[in-house]
Amino acid sequence: MKELLLISGLGVLSLLSGIINFRKGFLFLVIIGLLANIGFSIMDWNSNENVYDMMLMDNFALAFNASFSVIAILWFISANSYFDNENNFSDHFAMVLFSLCGGLVLVSFSNMTMLFLGIEILSIPLFVLVGSDKTKLSSNEAAFKYFLLGAFASAFLLFGIALIYGSTGSFKNETIATVLSSGDISPMALIGMLFMMVAMSFKVSAAPFHFWAPDVYQGAPSYITALMATVVKTVAFAAFYRLFSTTFMSMQFEYKILFSIAAALTMLISNITAAVQSNVKRMLAYSSISHAGFMMITLLCMSSGTSGILYFYTLVYSISSIAAFTIFEIVRTNSNESEEFDAFKGLSQRSPLLAIVASFALLSMSGIPPLSGFFAKYLVFTAAVENGYLWLAVVGIIASLIAVYYYFKLITAMFGQSSDGNKIEVHVAHKFVLIICALALIFLSLFPNLIIGVLS
Amino acid sequence: MLTLLLILIPIICSGLLFILGKNMARPIAIIGSLIELILAFVALNAHMNGQTDLLTIDQAWIASPGIRFHIAADGISMLMILLATLLMPLIIYNSFNKEYNNAHYLYGLMFMMQGSIVGSFVAMDGFLFYLFWEVALIPIYFILLIWGGDNRQKITFKFFIYTLFGSLFMLLALIYVYLQTPDRSFDIQALYQAGRQLDVVQQAWIMAAIFLAFAIKMPIVPFHTWQPNTYYTAPTPGVMMLSGIMSKMATYGMIRWILPMVPDGVQEYGYILIIISVISILYASFISMVQKDFKYLIAYASIAHMGLIAAGIIASNTQSLQGSLIEMLSHGINTIGLFIVYDIIFIRTGTTKMTKLGGIRGIDSSFAFMFFIIVLSVVALPFTNGFVGEFLLILGLFQNYPVAASFAGLSIILGVVYMFRSFQAMMLGETNSITSNLPKLNIQEKTILIAVVLMIITFGVYPKIILSITEGSIQNLLQGIQ
Repeated sequence: MKELLLISGLGVLSLLSGIINFRKGFLFLVIIGLLANIGFSIMDWNSNENVYDMMLMDNFALAFNASFSVIAILWFISANSYFDNENNFSDHFAMVLFSLCGGLVLVSFSNMTMLFLGIEILSIPLFVLVGSDKTKLSSNEAAFKYFLLGAFASAFLLFGIALIYGSTGSFKNETIATVLSSGDISPMALIGMLFMMVAMSFKVSAAPFHFWAPDVYQGAPSYITALMATVVKTVAFAAFYRLFSTTFMSMQFEYKILFSIAAALTMLISNITAAVQSNVKRMLAYSSISHAGFMMITLLCMSSGTSGILYFYTLVYSISSIAAFTIFEIVRTNSNESEEFDAFKGLSQRSPLLAIVASFALLSMSGIPPLSGFFAKYLVFTAAVENGYLWLAVVGIIASLIAVYYYFKLITAMFGQSSDGNKIEVHVAHKFVLIICALALIFLSLFPNLIIGVLS
Repeated sequence: MLTLLLILIPIICSGLLFILGKNMARPIAIIGSLIELILAFVALNAHMNGQTDLLTIDQAWIASPGIRFHIAADGISMLMILLATLLMPLIIYNSFNKEYNNAHYLYGLMFMMQGSIVGSFVAMDGFLFYLFWEVALIPIYFILLIWGGDNRQKITFKFFIYTLFGSLFMLLALIYVYLQTPDRSFDIQALYQAGRQLDVVQQAWIMAAIFLAFAIKMPIVPFHTWQPNTYYTAPTPGVMMLSGIMSKMATYGMIRWILPMVPDGVQEYGYILIIISVISILYASFISMVQKDFKYLIAYASIAHMGLIAAGIIASNTQSLQGSLIEMLSHGINTIGLFIVYDIIFIRTGTTKMTKLGGIRGIDSSFAFMFFIIVLSVVALPFTNGFVGEFLLILGLFQNYPVAASFAGLSIILGVVYMFRSFQAMMLGETNSITSNLPKLNIQEKTILIAVVLMIITFGVYPKIILSITEGSIQNLLQGIQ
């Protein structure tokens, strides 16, 4: 409960700070708040606090709460410049913080209404943030697209919840799970589950409901894209996992085949499309979709260990994404707003730090040891093979190979000849974030048990 | 403990070079490689005295999937470590003849590579082996990408995709065997047992998947298409690491991870791999004969020799394994020798088109003499290290696969043709405008060549040094298979 109060309190505070014009140091306050949030998670560990039968702060929820807070701290530091250039400084801060509230609700819901509320609290601020670059057409277009399709997906979710309620008579996860496992599954419940699956697949941008993602990711301001690709994706997957591991566990037979097809499609479509992109941001968007495909595999192999694998995967992926998007934004602002591969040519001469950290992030995303992304993918593949999805692991390996192609195209460009020789000055805050990310990617690969072990 | 140090010292050196190597690149690099060499001798001493506890570390690492940090060194590992550590100072010292941009990064990456290659030689856990195997790829990728020659981006890219493609199949095969182990462990003994319990067809598939990774890395025909161009564009230290040391990871991997894990598969279907290897030997030898550029010639000759080693390993009897191991060591030394010769000529003349050169012997006879000894060793003449290896290897191969052995034996004759042809073209004949005022060898180049020649002759005249290192381990290995 106190986690929720803390984050929403920070959001309200940032609205107030707009009135009294308290800008300097507000970032600091937010970071302290998020650190306190992590502290709360550690304090509450194993307490399983039940919040009015609506949320259950079990270890799963607390672990994800801590991980998305860590990512959010990194994000806030690196997005500092995004806030600096804004007139509506406090609104944007508040918007992000409220979105995080939605995230917290999503990772801890124990009642279908909270799932819906969480999705909405998470999404509505994002609709605004995606369109926050008001003078740019693409940003407006992205916001509009995201809003329309997001509303559509929400309707699916709501409809699904209603059908589930109709067939089981309850909104509570536990009750639904007991009813579903006790007898024959009615067609109504089945359709309800399918509708919810569609809605959640939309939120995590899994194929075939991923079409919004590239446009929205490309149109949104880069830092908002980074937020969507990291924090939002993490909590959406946590909610997805929570929903299917608690509520629909007894319907495994029905949904597993759909999940496996969706995962295979997501991995293949996104990676193949990413390989032909010339716009780096769009490529990163497709790469983000492809990682959703790998994470989908964990939903297929629900056992005691898989939540740890999902946890590790989301964390590692988020860290590398934060680094990648931060570097992308720095390079973009220093290359006449160009988002093409050419802007990255010769980055190693313009700023060795950026080139090295970018290589770390991309190597990790493509799953090359010794970076921790390798362990993430390895664990997912092993889980798949162990649960009898050898074909999915093979598809995953082929997809990773295609991914290596485009990630390395970018790395190769960065270490090639420079098209424009001027040096890039990296802000100290960015330096801090990038170095932390690079070290974390190495450290987590040396001690992956520290993270995986949290949830098993 | 010693094995861990053998991995850590290069890593520490590379860290030092990255952080404060800007003005001290050369001293740190050469001292670091010498320390590593001394340590290798200490480890060798421990091995010869049977102090295996000094060489072994077995620690839990990632608990839930059963991955342990298990490193140890037997005779086979020891020989490979010796190869990697003996050649490293030579490679570094040789690179002093040229100013490289950001040399400290270059040496740092080379050390990183050495560390992970040594790691793969001592890893006694399937996962750990895969990890080191892959990690070694990253530094060489950047070495080729940053310090390579023309058209390097495309070529490096191809090299990387190729090798990664093979490795992923190896990973899949290892995971498959791992899932057969009773208590889910990647430990080498557990994998051996699980692998041996599979039926022959499954074993053959495992063999094929792992062999794919190794065949690409060695490389042998038809998986070699990345290699000639990569060798050609690579900077000299990079290509020396790649051909001298890194390709031995693959042949070592065959001995360690294919033979004992899937012995029935090798027994039944090994002939397919032998056929591929023999085709590779003949194909590469013929291609070498028509090369005009010395560097391409070295590249193709290397393919031929690696094919021979692969065939010897698959034959898996005492002689052929001994021969293969010696041949691995000699191939490392000889290739580095050839690349040193290449480097000397290229720095002086800017070309290695053999037709444009000639008459160098008349200008610098000691250079030509040392080159000649290297050539003799490549074509396996008695009293050179190449002879010991190839003789034992073909002898062993003949016991199990006589037809293949007779074809493989042709490689010696073909080797004489292309090596002597290149020697004649570059060293003998009339001098021309390019070679007529060639400077003589300087002291540095002389030292390196003398070191190479000494190694060739020592191991050639007295191969018992090597045989005594590996003997026991090979017996162990073969007992395990039967």
